[in-house]
Amino acid sequence: MSAYIVRRLLWMPPILLAVAFITLVLGLYGPGDPVQVLLGQHSNPDVIARVRALWGLDQPFYVQYGKYIWNVLHLDFGESFRFRGQPIADLVFGKIWISMQLATVAMVLSLVVGIPIGILAAFKRATWIDNVAIGFTLLGISTPTFVMAPIFQWVLVRQLHVLPTSGWEGIWSVKIIMPAIILGIGPIAAIARQTRVNIIEVLGQEYVRVAHAKGLTQRIIVLRHILKNAMIPVFTLVGFMVADLPAGALITELIFGVPGIGPFALDAIFSRDYPVIMATTLVVAFSYVVVNLLVDIAYTFLDPRIRYA
Amino acid sequence: MLKTNEETGITFEKESQPHSPWRDAWRRLARNRVALASLIFLAVVLLVGILAPWIAPYSYSTQNLSITQQAPSGAHWLGTDSFGRDLLSRIMWGSRTAFLVATVVVSVSFFLGIFFGAIAGYYGRWVDTAIMRFSDFLFAFPGLLLAILLAATLRPSIVEWTRQIEGSIGMPGLSRTGLVDYLVVFLALSTLGWAGLARLVRGQVLSLKEKDFVEAARALGASPLRIIWRHILPNTIGVLLVAVSMGMGGAIGGESVLSFVGLGIKPPNPSWGAMINEEYGFWRTHAHLVFVPGGVVALVIFAFNFLGDGLNDAFNPRAEEGV
Repeated sequence: MSAYIVRRLLWMPPILLAVAFITLVLGLYGPGDPVQVLLGQHSNPDVIARVRALWGLDQPFYVQYGKYIWNVLHLDFGESFRFRGQPIADLVFGKIWISMQLATVAMVLSLVVGIPIGILAAFKRATWIDNVAIGFTLLGISTPTFVMAPIFQWVLVRQLHVLPTSGWEGIWSVKIIMPAIILGIGPIAAIARQTRVNIIEVLGQEYVRVAHAKGLTQRIIVLRHILKNAMIPVFTLVGFMVADLPAGALITELIFGVPGIGPFALDAIFSRDYPVIMATTLVVAFSYVVVNLLVDIAYTFLDPRIRYA
Repeated sequence: MLKTNEETGITFEKESQPHSPWRDAWRRLARNRVALASLIFLAVVLLVGILAPWIAPYSYSTQNLSITQQAPSGAHWLGTDSFGRDLLSRIMWGSRTAFLVATVVVSVSFFLGIFFGAIAGYYGRWVDTAIMRFSDFLFAFPGLLLAILLAATLRPSIVEWTRQIEGSIGMPGLSRTGLVDYLVVFLALSTLGWAGLARLVRGQVLSLKEKDFVEAARALGASPLRIIWRHILPNTIGVLLVAVSMGMGGAIGGESVLSFVGLGIKPPNPSWGAMINEEYGFWRTHAHLVFVPGGVVALVIFAFNFLGDGLNDAFNPRAEEGV
């Protein structure tokens, strides 16, 4: 197993280098000339040439790539076109911190709600409770955020007047309730679905029958034999969701005015702030790759049956 | 395993009809009421989209600023939007956009995904490694982020490209028709779509190529292409159909997300996602302008997912139990 982990770790640098490569290519050759965008269309050619030389944009691509990687390793992402004088790293990490807070609340919510729904549906299989749960999970998985959000806003804000429409004041403010619910609905549904399927599968296993035959109490069987085994795939699912949440929160953050990484990146795209676009992409992709790797590795510890050769 | 009729003592009154796998699958699908209802619903929405130029009561783009944001009435069944455009007509035309995008994206993804997945699975070795590592890179980005990044960075190149085409075929104004928007969405979503499919097909091919019937075909001297095309791929059809259904729903969702954030289809061209974005500021006072397009997107995506589930049960009956 340690060989597997070492191999996976060795894979990380090439993947991250490729991510940086794609990002840099998209940044340099994709959306037009950054210098032109910065200086405007009718600027002096001499000035343009000087700025290009100043930023090293006149150098061959591999030099720029090497420099960029070197700087990024020192957490230097260059300077934003819009926010002068502030290191991009500070900006990006500040925004990610906000997104992570929202994502954490949503994730806790989805575990606390999703797992019990899945357990209940599995033990009440083929009853109306199960059917309601299945219907809910299907709705939750396939309803787009921008359909779910206005319904919640309309009911909770306009009709019931119980919550504010939008805004962000940290995790202890009531303003987080709605975005956390909206962001959590997909994961709640997915976790409930996965929990239900796993428990139903485990219920049919011989060791559960053996446990009953041994005369163990229902409590022990459910906790030690059923839940413990059924929760392993759920854990993986949760891991992948954690990796996906900050980037997936874009629509929710837009609608509820949460100043997280999503709206920040979108803003940068619209104003063609390349250094910021590239930094955001790199940081988000980096954390995504790392979290996915950690989940894979943790999985091998949780379930000894899994052995990656 | 199964006992013969002699052993069990069961005799059949008459020989049962020979069943083709397609007929069996169709019968199982038709018994699934939710899947069948979804199929009919999607057919209706698709038909409305195809016939939109003839059956839509108004133009999707004509503005009338004296009748903005009207409630549903006899003249405008779903009311009018912030520019006085007929909401029903825009929804009908929006179906065109959604199905066009989904069809193109799913076709391109399937072509690329089946091609790369099949050769990766069949040839193995460095071909497999190269293709799978490349798909790893695509998966290293969160999907939505990559789609947005691609849509944003592809646009200038595509604008440039359509300008060149304009010049060469003598059709000025082509780059301003919204064609660019469609191409951007096609490219961004197809780039994302094929990799997952390639993995799916690769897995299927890997397990099928060890089967005896493939061995037999190889022994008879069939070429690799023929083995893949005639012997392996037909056996993956059930899995692929499920992926088509889910993929259509996914592409429609992707298009509406891109359009919602302003990087996809742009008004006045009709897109459900862009319509929600345009009217979102009015959810307090004119909620139906948000709920109607939103409801339609959601229903179409549900329907594709339900249909996918139904197809899964119909084509892979052994996987049905318990799940």
